[in-house]
Amino acid sequence: MSKIDNIGIVGYGAYIPIYRIKVEEIASQWNEDAEQIKKGLNVECKSVRGLDEDEVTIAVEATWNALKRAPEVNPKEIGAIYIGSESKPYAVKPSATIVAAAIGASFNIRAADYEFACKAGTEAIISCIAQVKSKLIKYGLAIGADCSQSWPGDVLEYTAAAGGAAFIIGEKNNKTIAYFEGQYSVGSDTADFWRRDTIQFPRHTGRFTGEPAYFKHVIGAAKGLMEELNLKPSDFNYFVPHQPNGSFPLRVAKQLGFEESKVKPGLISPYVGNFYSGSSLTGFCKVLDQAKTGERILLVSFGSGAGADAFSIVVQDCIEEKRNLAPKVEYYLNRKVFLSYGIYSRHMSLIRGVNYA
Amino acid sequence: MRDVAVVGVGMSKFGELWDKQLRDIFIEAAIEAINDCKIDLKDIQALFIGNYSAGTWVQQEHLGPLLADYLGISPKPAMRIESACASSGAAFYIAYMAIASGLYDIVMVGGVEKMTDVPTENSTTFLASAADREWEAFLGMTFPGLFALMARRHMYQYGTKREQLAMVSVKNHKNGSKNPKAQFQREVTIDDVLNSPIIADPLTLLDCSPISDGAAACILCSSDIAKKYTDTPIYVLGSGQGTDTIALHDREDITIMKSTIEASRKAYSFAHLEPKDIDVAEVHDCFTIAEIIEYEDLGFCKKGEGGKIIENGETEIGGRIPINTSGGLKSKGHPVGATGVAQVCEIVYQLRGEAGKRQVSNAEIGLTHNIGGSGSSCYVHIFGRKKR
Amino acid sequence: MFIFLVEKRGDLMSKPTSPRIWQLAERRYRLIGVKCENCGKIFISPRKICPNCKSTKLIDISLPRKGKIYSYTIINAFPSERKNYGPYIMAIVELENGCRLTAEIVDCKIEDLKIGMPVELTFRKIGEESESGIIYYGYKFRPIS
Repeated sequence: MSKIDNIGIVGYGAYIPIYRIKVEEIASQWNEDAEQIKKGLNVECKSVRGLDEDEVTIAVEATWNALKRAPEVNPKEIGAIYIGSESKPYAVKPSATIVAAAIGASFNIRAADYEFACKAGTEAIISCIAQVKSKLIKYGLAIGADCSQSWPGDVLEYTAAAGGAAFIIGEKNNKTIAYFEGQYSVGSDTADFWRRDTIQFPRHTGRFTGEPAYFKHVIGAAKGLMEELNLKPSDFNYFVPHQPNGSFPLRVAKQLGFEESKVKPGLISPYVGNFYSGSSLTGFCKVLDQAKTGERILLVSFGSGAGADAFSIVVQDCIEEKRNLAPKVEYYLNRKVFLSYGIYSRHMSLIRGVNYA
Repeated sequence: MRDVAVVGVGMSKFGELWDKQLRDIFIEAAIEAINDCKIDLKDIQALFIGNYSAGTWVQQEHLGPLLADYLGISPKPAMRIESACASSGAAFYIAYMAIASGLYDIVMVGGVEKMTDVPTENSTTFLASAADREWEAFLGMTFPGLFALMARRHMYQYGTKREQLAMVSVKNHKNGSKNPKAQFQREVTIDDVLNSPIIADPLTLLDCSPISDGAAACILCSSDIAKKYTDTPIYVLGSGQGTDTIALHDREDITIMKSTIEASRKAYSFAHLEPKDIDVAEVHDCFTIAEIIEYEDLGFCKKGEGGKIIENGETEIGGRIPINTSGGLKSKGHPVGATGVAQVCEIVYQLRGEAGKRQVSNAEIGLTHNIGGSGSSCYVHIFGRKKR
Repeated sequence: MFIFLVEKRGDLMSKPTSPRIWQLAERRYRLIGVKCENCGKIFISPRKICPNCKSTKLIDISLPRKGKIYSYTIINAFPSERKNYGPYIMAIVELENGCRLTAEIVDCKIEDLKIGMPVELTFRKIGEESESGIIYYGYKFRPIS
């Protein structure tokens, strides 16, 4: 039940805001040891949304990049738009329809917002694959974007970052840059990290988020997929897991039997932190920015709550002509403006009683 | 078309009039105008009021009947005219037309604005309604921002210097210090202007006219009965009106105000006069750059040379063409709806020889120039001691 | 403990309403202007009469997403809807096809600002009616690097 045939990625795009804050800056705020934290998390700084950016603006920028890489797609032919996020500006009102308006989608559109912590973006992809496969739609747009929240003073503050990626899914043909071989998901009621409805910041359970949550589900999904597709780690050229920090991906890769060299190309969290729903997807975009025809990628997202979605993807020829049509992830990684904690707290609306705009 | 004369003028003090309400400020100016000539309230046949936005500042619309009521002239006709910062310049134009056409013989025209009852940032929002709300203000543009864009372009196209802008403020403050009704009575230096807080780069606080309360009023009548009411009627020799695009970005060249060119050419030709015939003028210096652009568009100098003529002192009280002897909007104050008629008051004082320490010698012909928004509307009136 | 901001209805007087935003939202997201079929002039706002040749034949067109700065300023005295936003850059941008519009310039260092600087379209929050109110999005421009 995991094999997929004939579905591919028509276009892809990512976006990361220009602002950053260094681990040292946050650590000095809370009197913590920056060097220890950098070593433990393998993160040096994280991206911060602009005052005028949110999950929707990031989603639109990423989608515009995906459309640039899919010039043959008329936005009116996109039959479904799904966004996965845990930082929607509206608890009730879809971000997906704002993106629809921003790209000129048709009035005849299926749209919804997904939530499953950091794997909401890949949920959107699964939905699009299914709808293209059942011929309900010609193209589907799947986006994972977040302006991640974290409790000030909590360890998550060092990594919760802003960014996202978008994918246009369609039938596999000579215009798709990669195709899906298979997809496998796992899920269980594991409350490792959550955010209550009326509370601004999420909570998590420290070390419990490791073994029973991240590792169990990522490994479960990866192994499940490889078994069903009869593949081994050596069959893959790249492994892109969810990146809550810079060390978990390396550890889980080792546990699964993937060399570090297969993980490093897609590992962006050391430089920009964890984009939650956009995390593994943006890492995946970075891999697409450099992968060659025929190379195989294992993408495994993880969402707290908990679950994981694994995909096996093979790169096609068309990537060579399409990848340069929009800015690469490297371009966004290199654009940096560093903030002080005071300015950062305005960007993150941490000071209550103040409405910036 | 009959000739029209101004027989009485009056103004409230301009400034932050904390303890006064809008209606009271206007009645104060109106009473002064009535006492300035031998008129009775019952002679006034209609009231024309210029006001920009009492509805947002003090939540009062329908100013025509309100002020007619408080003036004691109900049931006579009264209306409010709006044209952003040119509201009372427009009201004056309508009142002039009303008498010139023969419809009325004697009317009062005035303007009033009460801006200080709300926080400054709210005033900034309300003032931005004079621009294009959907395509300028909505995106974050402010009123000073528009003139800052013009200033930067003027400096880029003609080499106008930042100090030349500051000189406008210096001159107007000097003039205002001689005007007991002016909001600011102190002089400033070029350094004061350059070092004051930035409002919209490159314009600083002292480049910008203030937020003010105030009112002005004048009595107009047909010139054949003017001598009944005053020994020194001042005649309207010409009037012109013009518009330009509402959004600055829709103009070919943002350093030219087509509305001013249109209105002034019409006024000059009506009056059979040229720019060189003007002895004294009140122009709309909502920002220092506006005055410089207006020197050029009113024909007092060539395009691009506005900075030069202020630097040469040509627009000082003793200069070739004294401009804004009242202190201008910069120092006298800019209660938006009141400015147009307040400019008329100053020209009347000048032509009658009643301008005290600000008097321009041998002032025979005067001009008022009032714009709305970023120059989207413009009203120019020319006055003289003798009939046309 | 967090104290939540109580909405003051008086502030709502200066904020745009959802229907009014909705009327122009899509045009602002995708930079759709109008072109006069008669004389070729292009405008950002959806006019029905061409101010240049008075024709009523105006059609929607997609505007180019790149341009350069025609003039700029740095706003330091804020309107109430941007009270705590901090100084921001506003400019008139001239798009590649000659059409001009007014927009904020973001992700830009003040030292880099100059007349003629190349810029490209970005999709951003313009503002929000209030903490409980509608958010409105639109066009801003950033330097092309």
